[in-house]
Amino acid sequence: MNYTDFLKMIPEAVLTAILVITFICDFASARQTERKWMNPLVSVMFAALTVVCLLPMAPVHAFGDMYVTSSAVNVIKAILAFGSLIVVLQSRSWAEASGKEGEFYMLLTSTLLGMFVMVSAGNFLMFFLGLEMASVPLATMVAFDMKRNESAEGAAKFILTATFSSGVMLYGISFIYGACGTLYFDDVRHTLMTVIASGDLTKVFLPVMGLVFFFSGLGFKISLVPFHFWTADTYQGAPTTVTGYLSVISKGAAAFTLLSILFNVFTPMDRYWHVLLMIVVVLSITVANLFAIRQGELKRFMAFSSISQAGYIMLAAIGDKWPTSVSALSYYILVYVVANMAVFSIISVVEQNNGGKTDIDDYNGFYQTNPKLSFLMTLAMFSLGGIPPFAGMFSKFFVFMAGVDGSDIHTTMGAWSYAVVFIALLNTVISLYYYLKIVKAMYIKHNDNPLPTFNSDNNTKFALALCTTGILLFGICSYVYDWISMAA
Amino acid sequence: MFDYAFLILLLPFLSFLLLGLLGMKMPKKVAGIIGTCVLAVLFGLSLYTAYHYFFYTGEYEAMKETFHVVNGRLDGGQGVYPTVTVFNFTWLRFTELLTFNIGFRLTPISVMMLIVITTVSFMVHIYSFGYMAERDENYKAEGYEKGFQRFYAFLSLFTMSMLGLVVATNIFQMYLFWELVGVCSYLLIGFYYPKHAAVHASKKAFIVTRFADLFFLIGILFFSFYVGTFNYDMNVTPGLTEKLTAIAANPALQWVLPTALFLMFIGGAGKSAMFPLHIWLPDAMEGPTPVSALIHAATMVVAGVYQVASLLPIYIQFHATEQLHWIAYIAAFTAFYAAAVACAQRDIKRGLAFSTISQIAYMLVALGVCTSLEGEGSLGYMASMFHLFTHAMFKALLFLCSGAIIVIIGSNFKDYMGGLHKYMPITNICFLIGTIAISGFWPLAGFFSKDEIVDACFNFAPALGWFMTLVSGMTAFYMFRLYYVIFWGQSYYELDPEHRRRPQEVPFVMWGPLVLLAIISCVAGWIPFGHFVSLNGLPEEIALQHFEFGSTAWFSLLAATIGFGLATWMYAGKKQPVADALERTFPKLHKAALNRFYIDDAWQFFTHKIVFGCFSIPIAWFDRHVIDGTFNFLAWGTNEAGESIRPWQSGDVRQYAVWFITGTVALTLVLLCLV
Repeated sequence: MNYTDFLKMIPEAVLTAILVITFICDFASARQTERKWMNPLVSVMFAALTVVCLLPMAPVHAFGDMYVTSSAVNVIKAILAFGSLIVVLQSRSWAEASGKEGEFYMLLTSTLLGMFVMVSAGNFLMFFLGLEMASVPLATMVAFDMKRNESAEGAAKFILTATFSSGVMLYGISFIYGACGTLYFDDVRHTLMTVIASGDLTKVFLPVMGLVFFFSGLGFKISLVPFHFWTADTYQGAPTTVTGYLSVISKGAAAFTLLSILFNVFTPMDRYWHVLLMIVVVLSITVANLFAIRQGELKRFMAFSSISQAGYIMLAAIGDKWPTSVSALSYYILVYVVANMAVFSIISVVEQNNGGKTDIDDYNGFYQTNPKLSFLMTLAMFSLGGIPPFAGMFSKFFVFMAGVDGSDIHTTMGAWSYAVVFIALLNTVISLYYYLKIVKAMYIKHNDNPLPTFNSDNNTKFALALCTTGILLFGICSYVYDWISMAA
Repeated sequence: MFDYAFLILLLPFLSFLLLGLLGMKMPKKVAGIIGTCVLAVLFGLSLYTAYHYFFYTGEYEAMKETFHVVNGRLDGGQGVYPTVTVFNFTWLRFTELLTFNIGFRLTPISVMMLIVITTVSFMVHIYSFGYMAERDENYKAEGYEKGFQRFYAFLSLFTMSMLGLVVATNIFQMYLFWELVGVCSYLLIGFYYPKHAAVHASKKAFIVTRFADLFFLIGILFFSFYVGTFNYDMNVTPGLTEKLTAIAANPALQWVLPTALFLMFIGGAGKSAMFPLHIWLPDAMEGPTPVSALIHAATMVVAGVYQVASLLPIYIQFHATEQLHWIAYIAAFTAFYAAAVACAQRDIKRGLAFSTISQIAYMLVALGVCTSLEGEGSLGYMASMFHLFTHAMFKALLFLCSGAIIVIIGSNFKDYMGGLHKYMPITNICFLIGTIAISGFWPLAGFFSKDEIVDACFNFAPALGWFMTLVSGMTAFYMFRLYYVIFWGQSYYELDPEHRRRPQEVPFVMWGPLVLLAIISCVAGWIPFGHFVSLNGLPEEIALQHFEFGSTAWFSLLAATIGFGLATWMYAGKKQPVADALERTFPKLHKAALNRFYIDDAWQFFTHKIVFGCFSIPIAWFDRHVIDGTFNFLAWGTNEAGESIRPWQSGDVRQYAVWFITGTVALTLVLLCLV
């Protein structure tokens, strides 16, 4: 084993350094007052991490192809780091109130480290290690508000289903190993090529089982229907900051990994996973929309919204071309990060000032007392719903475009992919309806006792400013998309 | 060398954002000063750009292309002015060829437009200090005074949009900014929104021009679909000429270019108020007068002319000359029609508005009579652009003068004026200069530019030349009529001096710009315009400037003199027996002219009775009952479905696991069976 390979893992090295520094600082400062600068420190370190990920880096092959990166991987790492920065920024007041901020930042950093390993894995085992490294601390984060029953309940459900899904996924991976005799991505691809080319159904059976079981495991992470059931309970129970983190960062990393493995490992089986994706995407978008319509609790509502958004994210993978698909997906994740984090930051602020209640009805008349926050919330909702000229409209557009890119409408598969995109398009109307319900509550519904006016702390303001800038500019400035598609 | 050019678009946009977002928090003066200072900088930048573009000697680089120029011209000072693309950034990419760019391009006419826009806009910004302050005073009584900051914010936005339009590198960018100026026009016409008339006028302007713009968009789509690009400048787009030639040579596609160009022209006709789409412009006078001067006289309304001029090489080279001549006929009729209506208007601003329509029609006539890229057939292009330039100056002057009068009198109607020469001497002189200039008397600006147009018409068809000469006589008549009824004749104030406000001269911030514009109107005709702007790019001489008056010049001078004489005879005195007698003799004709020959009513009939009655009402019924019903049913169904699947989400983890594994197995089976 060549130890100098460690030096090539620059983002992971930086993350590990952050972890160690946070640990030492937390250890050294025992009293609450000494930990005041903890959040600024971690924020600065995450900003540094984002910058490091943005630096141009050559593709790396390390540890005998266990660890593989490409420029697309670097882009998604930068997006994840940026999203985590926003999460860290807006978590300040909640983390300080909990009195365990050091612990929280360490857990967050280690999940991110797991995700980084996962997106740059070159072997199924490495991938699985990364996934679990991200997943176990996440459960702890969900249970972070120990005194709240919902938090514990959410964590329990999360860890139970996560274990279950990991089991199913490992089972799938073992099928793949059985079929191919290897777990290296490149070798699996080569072997599958001959297996599929043989056209022998008995031989195809094993890899197909492997594909679906593996897919289910990641589908759980991305919360695609029918693997989504944990989402609502866990999102509702988890502390709002953690919900935000779950809904964007964890989901984004898993979605990217799924796309990349489908395109680069299961390449010969593209007919199979295209059908699989079409079914799951249509189900996710439609079912989640139907659930979201009837929700009265905002965090639960956002959970269903995030399931439907996951469907849109995976829509990018229906296309045939890797560059358009991966750039549409990464761009969608980036835009989703800013819009969703804006919503969760606002929910978090409101929750802290409202005794922990997050019903949609609590927002009635919100505009009268907090016009600026209402306005930001409206922008974020518009972006999520895909109203032009906000970034969400552009990201949806690119995803739709990627969905039909390269498919010929005269072939059966091509026609189906057009149909799926069309169904997704129809569903945006439904999603618009329920996103605008929030806006309606804030602006139009009358309330004699709206929430009092409150001021959020400077960190949250900064995080919200970042999100707003993103919502307004990521779409209109084509540089952002160009940058992403250049890397693909 | 032109690297700073992005500032020309950025500065007014920033000023718009600043004034729009924070304007209400700053004092009026500060907002006005910010807006005006930005415009001063823009004015300076434009002059600087023009100076460098037309007179630079040496070499410079833009977009990695090097230009060797002597006195601004290529080929050692003998060639044409270069087409300089300062920047051209790709905003959206549809295909390799079809991209949507936002850029900045300098050509002789776009540089000229930069000068026109920034000059007039700068003057209007200064003038508005006085005007809006006075106006706000007047409106206080109606419980309405806010808006000074808003006004400057909109002016900045308008300036940005208009500049973006003229420097467009492709037809789609032009369209984008075209719509933006439409929005600004809408916002500014309806500026006094508590006034019903203003709201109606702004809606009318927006709907009519939007209706016309629809054709512009369709034209663009035709063009881009068949040509595969939004670019229209053949000098700088490699392959465009070949592509267009191929389309023009293909019998099956010959219709494409003429159709696309004419559809685009309909958009231009809407903006430039050509008959029968002119109906919005007179009503647009409900906006503040400085706005009328800037948008509805000098800049926005000539966008249609600018568009046709930009596309003129395509019209001429690719068999669309017939469409071009149709433009000329439509415009000639408009010129006559508007002049006839202007003779009977009682509202001085409406009179000026019809005069604007008539003058813009002159410019389009001049473009329409172009038949070739060089020689006599190309004279119209230069004449049109020259008239655009001079007209912008003297029409802005006339409008600003009328604004000064309106502020002092408090009304638009001529009945409340008369005899003002004693009380407003500076305005009187300035208005007189504007009147002489527009009537086309030597040696003021209008003479040179308009007689070039008439000359071009004579070259094309003598009948058209005579017709335009007649219209120029009418121009002199209605303008001097307006002048006399405002400044001479019976004074309204003197009829009852004790109860009426005594007119007085306007403050310096208002008459300063007037004097400047008056000076420009006097000397602009002597600019060797053909040297800078011509269709083939090579210098052209304007014979009139060398005292070589051809017969046409004498004819139109004669026509103008007759018009002037008639106006003097009829309107100069305190009583106007001749005019009154004529009005009594031809009551129907007078009434028809006053009512703009009922074109508005014809449109009203067409839209209300025919469009609404025959199409809209049935469609509305269908929409309300069938379509809404379907969607209400769908919404109800969706809601019910949402309700009925609720139990799935039970909160029971064991059940989740069952769903999970069922889903996985089901998917596997589906894959194995189906694929």
